Amino acid sequence: MNINELREHLCSEYPDLCPLFSVEYGDGVLVVDASRLHDAASDLRDLGFDRLGMVTAVDTGDEFELVYRLQSREMHAGIFVKARVARDIASIASVTDLWPAANWQEREVYDLFGITFEGHPDLRRILLTDDWVGHPLRKDYQDDRIIRRPDYI
Amino acid sequence: MTEQTIVNIGPSHPSTHGVCRVVVTLDGEIVTHAEPIIGHLHRGIEKMAENRTYLQVVPLTDRLDYVGSMYANWAYCRAVERLAGIRVPERAEYIRVIVCELQRIASHMMGIGSTGADTGAFTAFMYAFAQRDHVVELFEALCGARLTYNYVRPGGVSMDLPEGWVEKCRAFTAQHPSAMLELDRLLFGNVIARARLKGVGVLSAEDAVAWGASGPTARGSGVDWDLRRDDPYSVYPRFDFQVPLGENGDSYDRARIRLWECVESCKIIDQALDQLEPGLVKAEGLPRLLAPRPGDAYDHIESARGSLGVYLVSDGTPRPYRMKVRSPAFCNLALLPLLAEGHTLSDLVVILGSLDPVFGEVDR
Repeated sequence: MNINELREHLCSEYPDLCPLFSVEYGDGVLVVDASRLHDAASDLRDLGFDRLGMVTAVDTGDEFELVYRLQSREMHAGIFVKARVARDIASIASVTDLWPAANWQEREVYDLFGITFEGHPDLRRILLTDDWVGHPLRKDYQDDRIIRRPDYI
Repeated sequence: MTEQTIVNIGPSHPSTHGVCRVVVTLDGEIVTHAEPIIGHLHRGIEKMAENRTYLQVVPLTDRLDYVGSMYANWAYCRAVERLAGIRVPERAEYIRVIVCELQRIASHMMGIGSTGADTGAFTAFMYAFAQRDHVVELFEALCGARLTYNYVRPGGVSMDLPEGWVEKCRAFTAQHPSAMLELDRLLFGNVIARARLKGVGVLSAEDAVAWGASGPTARGSGVDWDLRRDDPYSVYPRFDFQVPLGENGDSYDRARIRLWECVESCKIIDQALDQLEPGLVKAEGLPRLLAPRPGDAYDHIESARGSLGVYLVSDGTPRPYRMKVRSPAFCNLALLPLLAEGHTLSDLVVILGSLDPVFGEVDR
């Protein structure tokens, strides 16, 4: 399968999301509903995206945007899968059953953003100590030791 | 089965190659479970980046992989350039390739040298470090720093090559391959080192892919994947080089292909020096304060440890809204429990060394 066939396949499988799928520099972006994330990831894995490169999140204010980067060695392509979860829910299905690589990466997102991954076998803090209070990469995280650097404009 | 013993190695222990704690469950001398506890070097670089301008983040990236600072510089700058739509002059791309291939040699010398030290071949460590020192001296002549270079900048590199540097670099690449052959005989031909490395910590190709391993860790298992060739960036398509592959996926293959990668790096450097033309080393007309359009960008390069990616989100202000570093060492280290199970405690040290983690990058 090449990248154009992949685009056609995704447009037929995810018709409502088709306009959001773009191929730029070989990297597609697929925005899915959080409830469909695991299905989409599983689908993409079966299509040849055998590597999970990155799992991360962005705090957009009201929501968290989860960003997964998958990579296909066969197609020489990468794809981003993005899903948004509400801040007060902050929970999404884990993909550790598809790629064991997600294990530590999801733990990191849990540690720094406080997003829980349902079905994760071992969801604990990884970078910070177990008794740490709060999740530092949230934009509303407060710590007296953070000093805002001056504005340069 | 005898009673299980729990042994705590680290966080500060010479054989963990940095600040890593490994909680090992032992049955006699055999490891039944090894759990790495990381985060001792977590400085919150991703959080700190949100409080700095795009240019001020570059020195922070130096502190990620501190034996391969050029890579983090470059990966970050590529993400910024993609976000801000900056075109990099050709000479700057060549210089970036040259310094990053030199960096690969410097980093692999550390990796191979410590493999030698782990297996008791301390002489090999000294041979490798002599080679590493040549590279570090080249970098010192280039930018004044021996470890944290802050050399690759958004739009190019901070300064042009100094006078006489190209000749010094050629003198280095002329002697390096033969030094590698000597090191190969000295370390990988040694009967003790072979006994300590062969068949220890075998990683299958399927596991390497599923666990997201990259770089020499994946290629040691025969996973034929190198971003320089398979997702080409910069001027890499213009160079002729091979990607060394291992067969058995054991510590021996992982350590030894690093050595052949250094020889291939020399070929790339020689070709790049031949093709190097005079010109600008930094894009013209860059604003003093970068404030890219709102949006996100990701870029990755093949670092000495594997696919090093930087994901940047901009909200249109002069500071990154979010920076994520996809660290190859972090993903590779996650394999340790899988690889160490069933081996002796002394082999655990060898396996950890063969993954060549740098904890600045693991913990960020």
